[in-house]
Formats: sequence, structure tokens, C-alpha cells
Amino acid sequence: MADKIKKSINAKRLKGAVRNNQYRKEAIISYGILVIGFILLQLGASAGLIGRNLQGQFVPICVYMSLAIALNLVVGLSGELSLGHAGFMAIGVFTGIIVTRILESSVTADWLRLIIALIASAVVTSIAGFIIGIPILGLRGDYLAIVTLAFGEIVRNLMNVLYFGLDKNGKLHFAFNHTIEEVDTSGRIITGAIGATGVHKTASFASATLLTAFTLFVVLNLKNSKQGRAIMSIRDNRIAGESIGLNVRKYKLMAFVMSAALAGMAGCMFGQNYSTMAPAKFNVNTSVLILVFVVLGGIGNIWGGMIAAALLTVLPEALRQFADYRMLTYAIVLIVVMICTYNPAIKARISGIVKKLKPKKKKHGKDKTGKEAA
Amino acid sequence: MSLLNSLISGLSLGSVYAIIALGYTMVYGISKMLNFAHGDVIMVGAYVSFLLTNHAGMNAWVSLLIAIATCTVLGIVIERLAYRPLRGTGSLAVLITAIGVSYFLQNAALLLWGADPRMFTSLFKGFKTIHAANGSLTITPESLFTILANIIIMIALTLFVSKTKAGKAMRAVSEDNGAAQLMGINVNQSISLTFAIGSGLAAIAGVLMCSAYPVLMPTTGAMPGIKAFTAAVFGGIGSIPGAMIGGLILGIIEIFSRAYISSELADAIVFACLIIVLLIKPTGLLGKKINEKV
Repeated sequence: MADKIKKSINAKRLKGAVRNNQYRKEAIISYGILVIGFILLQLGASAGLIGRNLQGQFVPICVYMSLAIALNLVVGLSGELSLGHAGFMAIGVFTGIIVTRILESSVTADWLRLIIALIASAVVTSIAGFIIGIPILGLRGDYLAIVTLAFGEIVRNLMNVLYFGLDKNGKLHFAFNHTIEEVDTSGRIITGAIGATGVHKTASFASATLLTAFTLFVVLNLKNSKQGRAIMSIRDNRIAGESIGLNVRKYKLMAFVMSAALAGMAGCMFGQNYSTMAPAKFNVNTSVLILVFVVLGGIGNIWGGMIAAALLTVLPEALRQFADYRMLTYAIVLIVVMICTYNPAIKARISGIVKKLKPKKKKHGKDKTGKEAA
Repeated sequence: MSLLNSLISGLSLGSVYAIIALGYTMVYGISKMLNFAHGDVIMVGAYVSFLLTNHAGMNAWVSLLIAIATCTVLGIVIERLAYRPLRGTGSLAVLITAIGVSYFLQNAALLLWGADPRMFTSLFKGFKTIHAANGSLTITPESLFTILANIIIMIALTLFVSKTKAGKAMRAVSEDNGAAQLMGINVNQSISLTFAIGSGLAAIAGVLMCSAYPVLMPTTGAMPGIKAFTAAVFGGIGSIPGAMIGGLILGIIEIFSRAYISSELADAIVFACLIIVLLIKPTGLLGKKINEKV
């Protein structure tokens, strides 16, 4: 039995029917959402159908989609709860801002600077993910959640006392808890709690969409690989996975570090979309927001998380007509949706009504394994 | 003497964390959920007490009692409407719902009471600050009463949980939900009672905290909530003495790092200590180790 399981995990590709049904469907839907969404929004914007406020949300939507996909790697695939992804996002944001600022004089093409910044952010955040991941991944469940939460808060606190700046000769200065004398006002990159100011924006809707596509590509391929199946089998039953010789720590760390790197890249893109960026933005609420996308979209369901991310990013804008009541409405919507999607009795009633309305509709091939992990 | 002064304010802050952490730890023990909205219940309690004393002219101690009653009811209502429908569906769904409740409470408070910070009048206005050792040692009535309140609550709660029938039922439910039900324990009632006690304590913590740190805003409860949650995990979540020890240690660490290291980095140091403790003892200081069965 153990041999058989091991063989199916190690298989380079799952054969025929399984692969077609699960992997291809998920890939088509996910990429489809991205491409159709991009085209529709782009057309809508050029035809003047979409307001300025919403247009400003295009890059954040892509960023949050990427973050939802990245966090799904930890929560959905690896079955661990992380409440610290805003920390990785923050590291990505500030790495990206520093790198683009240093390269401003030497690399003139915006896109090239953006790519270098993205790579740098991925490297730095994966190192951070590795350092924090090695000790903590031995913890279980809620304890891991609180440690990741603590990590996110530590990152935000450290960002509050970090100072970066370029002096007249273009040399990078770095200080802790005090302003730098060698750097004049124009050379400041990051100023403690004020954060980054005067960022030259390099992000665009197209590049953000490409980043989301890249994130999707990485995660979907991982999910369909030998390593991905190992990660999921450890999620489903850690002891069984261990007993067939899987290195639990290695696979958990792999998912965590990859997720951190992808979150860092998304963060880098986010930072490149605004001219100012304060560390206070990356608090627990942001980590929680990303988790809300994942859970609302269905844990482990990649495209579900993408849709939830897009809708919940637009929702506060769309609720603007409720003015003061919009965040209250948002909270109520969140609670009601959670109860409706997870309460067994209400779920059964809703699916009963849906069935009555569409008697001949085929059942959706939903990702069952992801739901079971919850 | 400044060391002793810091120690006293650390114990006082730690007592507030301990009282809040009790709510987290009891709720976690009985329903295995992280009640993220707990911090905001503190804020509601403080607001109720504030409005009754400052706008209705009520006695501060009477307003405290009404705040406790309000929060108790609020806790039961939250559990009934938001958490009970999701019981048994996995911790993540309830966690997100708790976050939704937290947003709801914060924004409802924002609408009802506005975003302006209010200056909270101390519950112990009539009491004098104690000066000892030629005036170098000062003990404010706030810190004295907070520490006292913590000790009283801790003793009362320990007695309640170990001696009374309802307390025993609560322990039974947190040990094994299903078996407790088979023994004829009303599980729903036990869980409601836990939420009621936790939220009532949150109101006390809110008033004590705002007496010592008198700025009251709709987001006042969020950060102490997270810190108290950290304290609960620090001491071993699910354990009542653990919450007390965790809260006190955390409060002392926070005040000492604020006084001697850096006030900006105090939170980072607190959270770093949490990570170190969990690395050495993965279930917290007094947490039970659960053996896994195949």
C-alpha cells in the first residue's frame, strides 16, 4: 500500500483522466478569469465605462489576486494557517522601492527596473521566509498562526525604525532608529514610520496582470508536480506521509518559502503603484484580509481565491453609496457569506434552491481535497 | 527605584492583558476557536462605561456594572448569531467570521460614537496616589486596583471552574465535547456561559485599561486584544493559570523594553519573546502536550 501511494506521488505526471479533469480544468478557469478580466477591464477603461476610482484599483486587484494565490499555497496546499503574509508583502514593498531607487540613474527602462526589483524582492523575501520558516514549521495549527502573526508585527515594527537613503555620490546609507546625516531630503528613500516617499511608479495594469499570471503558473505547476502532491499528502495525513518516507519539514518549508517569495513579489508590485507607502499599512488587518480572500474563495481553490480577492477589493469602492455604512455593510456581508457557505443546513437549502432553478445543470467538479483540508 | 516603578506598571499592564487573555483562553479551551472579536468587546465595554458616566452622569462604579452586563449580553449574542451556526465546520471558517464580527463592532462603534478619541475619566478618581520611599516610589490607584482586580478575578474564576457544577460542565465540554453531551451536559449552555464570562471580564479589562491609559477610540481594543491573545498563547492557550502568567510576563516585558530599550521596538520585542518561548516549548508555558494518534 505504502509503495503504491509513494509511486503515485512520485509519478512525473498523473495519468489521463485524473490529470485532465482536475489540473486542466483548474488551469483553464484560472487563466481564463485573468485574461477575460484583463480584456474587459482594459476595454471598459478605454471606453470610459469605468470610473477613475475603480481604475486606480486595477493594480491592487492584481496584487491581491497574487497574494491570494500565494497564501493558498500555505493554507490550501500545505494546510497551515499564516497570519503574517503582510510581513512578507512589506519586505517586498520596501526591497522593491530601494532597488528601483538605486537603479534609477543607471537603468532607464521602467520595465527593466521593475523586473530587477521583482527578482530582488523574491530573493529577499524567500530568505526571510526561510529564516522564519525553519524554526516555526515544527509548530502545529493555531500556534503556527500566532507565530506568523507575531512575525508580521515584528516586521512592521522594524520597518518603523528603519532609515534608508542615498547620498550625493549615490552611495546607499542605512540607519536604525535615527535619521541619516549624510543624506539630504532629496536622497531619502525610507524614513522610519513615514515610510517611503517620492516613489517613481513603475507598475502598470499589464505588468501586474503578468505577475498574477506568473504566480498562477508557479502555483498551478507546483500543485501538479511530485512535490505538490507530497505537500498535499502531508496536509491530508502527516503521519501517513512521514511513514512513506516524505521529509515533512522540507516540503512544508518549500511551500512556505515559495509562498513568501510570491507574496514578496506581489508586495513589490504594490509598492511600485503608489508614490508614498507607510509601514503602518502592513498590519494584522492586511494579513487577515488576504486570508479572508483564501477562505471565502474556498480553501485550496485557486480561482475561487482570485475571484474573492477581486470582488472584495472592489466591494468597498462599490459600497461607496452607503457612505459611512460601507465598512459596516462589508462586515455584515462577510459574516453572512461565511455562514451561508459553511453552515451545513443553510448550504443544503441553498443548493436545493439552485437545483430547482436549474434542473438539468451538471454538477461542478470542485476541488474536493481542498475542502476536506478545512 | 525606577526599576520598581517599572515593575509595578508592568504588573498593572500585565494584569489587564491577563484579564483579557482569560476570555481568549476559556473560549479557545471550550470551542477551539480564536475569537478575534474579543478585543473589540473590551472597547464596547469601555465606551458604555464612558458614556454612562460622562453623559448620563452616573456613578462610575454603577456604570462599570452596566458595562459588564452589556458585554455579557453582547458576548452571548455574538456567539449565538455568528459562531454557533459554524460550530464543527473547521477553525478557519469561524476565524474569518470572528474577524467579520470584529470589523462589525469597530465600525458600529465608529458610527455610533464617532472617530474622535475620548478622554476616559478614571474609575479611581477619588483615590490618591501612594508615594513611598521619600517620593521615589509612586503607586497610582489605577495600577494598584488593576493588580488587585486581577488577583480577585483569578481566584474567583479558579474556584468557579473547579468547584461549581457549571464550571465542571465547562471543563468537561472543553475536554471532550461529544462525551460531555452524552453525560447529559448542555453543551450549548456551557459554551454560552463561557462567552458570557469572557465578555464580562473584557468589560472589566476595558474600564481598567482606559482608567490607566485614558484614550478611547473605536480601535482601542484591537492592539490590546492581539497582545492578550499573544499572552494566552504564551502561557499555553486553554489554561487559566497560563493566561495569568502569560499576561503578567508580557506586560512586564513590554514596560521594561519601553523603559530601557526602545519605545518603538517594544511590540517587536514582546512578539520576539513569544516566538522564542514557543520554539522552546511549542504549546506555551503551561500548555498541555497533545500526543498524536495514528
